[in-house]
Amino acid sequence: MSRLPALLLCMLLAFACTTPARAQVGNDTAPLQFRDAAEEARFHALAGELRCVMCQNQSLADSNALIALSLRREVLDLMREGRSNDEIKDHLVQRYGEFVLYRPKLSGHTWLLWAGPLLLLLVGGGVVATIVRRRGARPVPTDEGQEW
Amino acid sequence: MAVAQLLPELAQVALLLALLVAILQGVLPLLGAHRGIAPLMAVARPASYLQLALVAIAFAILTRGFVVHDFSMRYVADNSNTLLPLAFRYMAVWGAHEGSLLLWVLMLTIWSAAVARFSRSLPMPVVARVLGVIGLVSACFLAFMIFTSNPFERLLPMPAEGRDLNPLLQDRGMMIHPPMLYVGYIGFVVPFAFAIAALLDGRLDVRWLRWTRPWTNVAWAFLTIGIMLGSWWAYYELGWGGWWFWDPVENASFMPWLAGAALIHSQAVTEKRGSFNSWTLLLAIAAFSLSLLGAFLVRSGVLTSVHSFAADPTRGLFILVFLGLVIGGSLLLYVLRAPRLEDGKPFAATSRETLLLLNNLLLATACAMVLLGTLYPLLADALGLGKVSVGPPYFGLMFLLLMAPLVALVPFGALTKWQRDTPRTPTAMLLPWAGLSLLLAVVAYFMAPQGALKTAAGVLGAGWVALGTLRFVWSRLRANGRFTPEMLGMVFAHLGLAVFVMGALLVEAQNMVREVAMKPGQVEDVGAYRFEFRGVQEAPGPNYMADRGTVQVLRNGSPLALLFPEKRTYAAGGQVMTDAGIHAGVLADVLVTIGEPLGDDAWAVRMHVKPFVRWIWAGALLMALGGFVAAGDRRFRRRPEASPA
Amino acid sequence: MNTPVPEAPRRALPIAAIVIGLVFLSLMGLLLYGVSQSGRADRDALPSPLIGKPAPAFALPVLHEPQRTVTLEQLKGQPFLLNVWGSWCVECRVEHPVLTRFAETRRLRVVGYNWRDEPADALRWLEQFGNPYWLVLADVEGRAAIDWGIYGAPETFLVDAAGMIRWKHIGALTDAVIEGELLPALRAIEGPQ
Repeated sequence: MSRLPALLLCMLLAFACTTPARAQVGNDTAPLQFRDAAEEARFHALAGELRCVMCQNQSLADSNALIALSLRREVLDLMREGRSNDEIKDHLVQRYGEFVLYRPKLSGHTWLLWAGPLLLLLVGGGVVATIVRRRGARPVPTDEGQEW
Repeated sequence: MAVAQLLPELAQVALLLALLVAILQGVLPLLGAHRGIAPLMAVARPASYLQLALVAIAFAILTRGFVVHDFSMRYVADNSNTLLPLAFRYMAVWGAHEGSLLLWVLMLTIWSAAVARFSRSLPMPVVARVLGVIGLVSACFLAFMIFTSNPFERLLPMPAEGRDLNPLLQDRGMMIHPPMLYVGYIGFVVPFAFAIAALLDGRLDVRWLRWTRPWTNVAWAFLTIGIMLGSWWAYYELGWGGWWFWDPVENASFMPWLAGAALIHSQAVTEKRGSFNSWTLLLAIAAFSLSLLGAFLVRSGVLTSVHSFAADPTRGLFILVFLGLVIGGSLLLYVLRAPRLEDGKPFAATSRETLLLLNNLLLATACAMVLLGTLYPLLADALGLGKVSVGPPYFGLMFLLLMAPLVALVPFGALTKWQRDTPRTPTAMLLPWAGLSLLLAVVAYFMAPQGALKTAAGVLGAGWVALGTLRFVWSRLRANGRFTPEMLGMVFAHLGLAVFVMGALLVEAQNMVREVAMKPGQVEDVGAYRFEFRGVQEAPGPNYMADRGTVQVLRNGSPLALLFPEKRTYAAGGQVMTDAGIHAGVLADVLVTIGEPLGDDAWAVRMHVKPFVRWIWAGALLMALGGFVAAGDRRFRRRPEASPA
Repeated sequence: MNTPVPEAPRRALPIAAIVIGLVFLSLMGLLLYGVSQSGRADRDALPSPLIGKPAPAFALPVLHEPQRTVTLEQLKGQPFLLNVWGSWCVECRVEHPVLTRFAETRRLRVVGYNWRDEPADALRWLEQFGNPYWLVLADVEGRAAIDWGIYGAPETFLVDAAGMIRWKHIGALTDAVIEGELLPALRAIEGPQ
């Protein structure tokens, strides 16, 4: 019996990110007005690098959750106050934690994430090089009988 | 009628019998192959057919439950109601965990039966082992389903009305996405079972490997279609124009795809040159293991995602144990037996073997990267590093970095000979085309209204792969004009890759989005497109009430499309969903969604222009076509010559 | 095909075996951890970076008396609980009886933070279900909430007498959470008395 509420909650969570709640208030639901194309472009780029903290995997730019609407307005206001992108990100990290950054910061504890694939590539490349060297150690004839 | 009322119980009996048959299919033929006892091995084929019949009966009964609104079945009551249209009732069978698991098992039995039917050219011990392994996997899934996720549980007293199928799923695209995906995922059980059979036997005979290649190709092709359908569905259903989110569940299907792509290439080398035997077997194990891992991630609640089913730790534990046994067992067998199978044929540094090694290296690293990124949040949580989350900025960047070298190497593969070639030959053939691609990229760079660098990169990559592949076609035409299905398949698949690269990079670079408050009669210009908002009316649907907007779209002044974006409120649960109005075009899509009413007849309207987005799915379809065509090569089906000893 | 297999692969294979074994075991271990955590209701909750830091200053109108503004300074002096809710929030209704029971013990002041809600709807909700709050602040636009790191409802903060945030709970309060987390945190603030 306990699975049903859990299922509903999951569905609700899923919907939270695709549907605004029914009681929308304040001017925040109105679309943001941009002063010019440059501001719009900067805003979209910045919002794309921030996470909608309510939703698991949506950027601030894409989400329709309540908090996303508030945060988008906040970001625009901070932009207009003259803050740099880094300052805006710090402002949000102070309040929501690192989670709000869509791109994990390159810091001490994310080194595995960023370096891991590179290391794997290097090790794998070494293995490939060894195999190729060993297989080609003795002179290799060309294979004339191949189809293509 | 009494019998009809007891059908769910009959289905459960059928499933229990299927479990029994699966166990027999697993144990007896493997024993028979080990001891050389023919009657035991002969159990394999009939057992496969019987299992299919039993599971099909259960599936049919579940379907019937939805069609006739049998709310005494808990699963039917949870996932449908009397208002749900018939088409969606058929589809609701796999709309939630228990039913989708039944679909999974059905697909598994279909593949098993297909192997039983189309394995005439294989010696009995091989067939027995392959079907035996599939039988064991099937038994595990059936056990999991019967003991933790029974789709035929009763709900008494029977409610008069059911809940609803998740409205996000009420759509035709959703009807075929899971079945296609499952056919693909599960199809990897065939090369997997074959790998295990070879390890158990202690021999890898390339003639038998040749038999598995079409199966791998077909499974991969279906998986490509399944993933493509998911992407396309998300695009038009979720309404914000995204087509891939690197969501954990999406990644769960992408990892087997990457491993499968590597496997296809590795199998080619093993079959033709007798090299990389151990690696091919390991990849076959890995591809199916990743499919199983994917099933685990979606159903165990370990990772949250908008896709995942509800969390249930006991269920998660059960499937984890099963995962551990299957993957652990296979890997143990591999580690113990694989060394015996190595056959080191020589090849020079410049050879197709080397290129395919690099192909496998890059694809395998990409697969590992996706796995790392998907599990990293869990790892960080386990190690107490706080709540980290990994999304498209990570995956997108890393994937691009790993795939760029691969894209650069693709045209060389077909033009470089096996075993030994001179670097000069393929390079000379391709150099003019590299030059042309570069030229096209530079032109694109200056012509692009925005995102010039990405546009140029897309044109360069796509042009290079396409022209390089066409150069190969030209060489063949000049040589003798003969194309084996394998070659054709490769051509289609690589062209598909080019089309995909073009679409993916260009839509990222060129897409435009604008969100504006609009009143009826207002007009907004986005690029060359003009959007005229004509207001919103109420429009009822079969099981929902919608606010339907009307938007006229013009391009360069002339009318292009009349779009009807909707905001639907579903009767059963009150969920609100946006349905985008989309005009599909070969060179660009136009998308409109309506947001909230802002009072005074004004509405929030979002407009997207997405150039080249259809190329993404066209490219994927081409790749899938390539897989199917290559599988059709008669060489794979020819009965091999008698074994020499 | 008769070229003898060089010695090196024999040595390489145990390494491969070790690598495969390590990868498999760590993967299983990680997934086992994941399964053990999956039952936890708050596993998706964001840990607050504001724990142990001063609560953000604010000046918000009172829901029942819109002309009166309350600031953080005015609330200092005694610890208080800040509960974020809205009339649109389903879980808040689930939490309501638990919160009411706790408020009735008069253990500490329970301040309501009405987030992104129509004042009329909020008042109606309180009338219908009962008002457990000592005071209700109204943040219609949701601006001040960002400073608190609020991203959904219900959320609950424990603020000490000096205005430092000491504890945050995301999701509905339950008796277990109150007994097991809130009260111990409160006792830790109040110190030996």
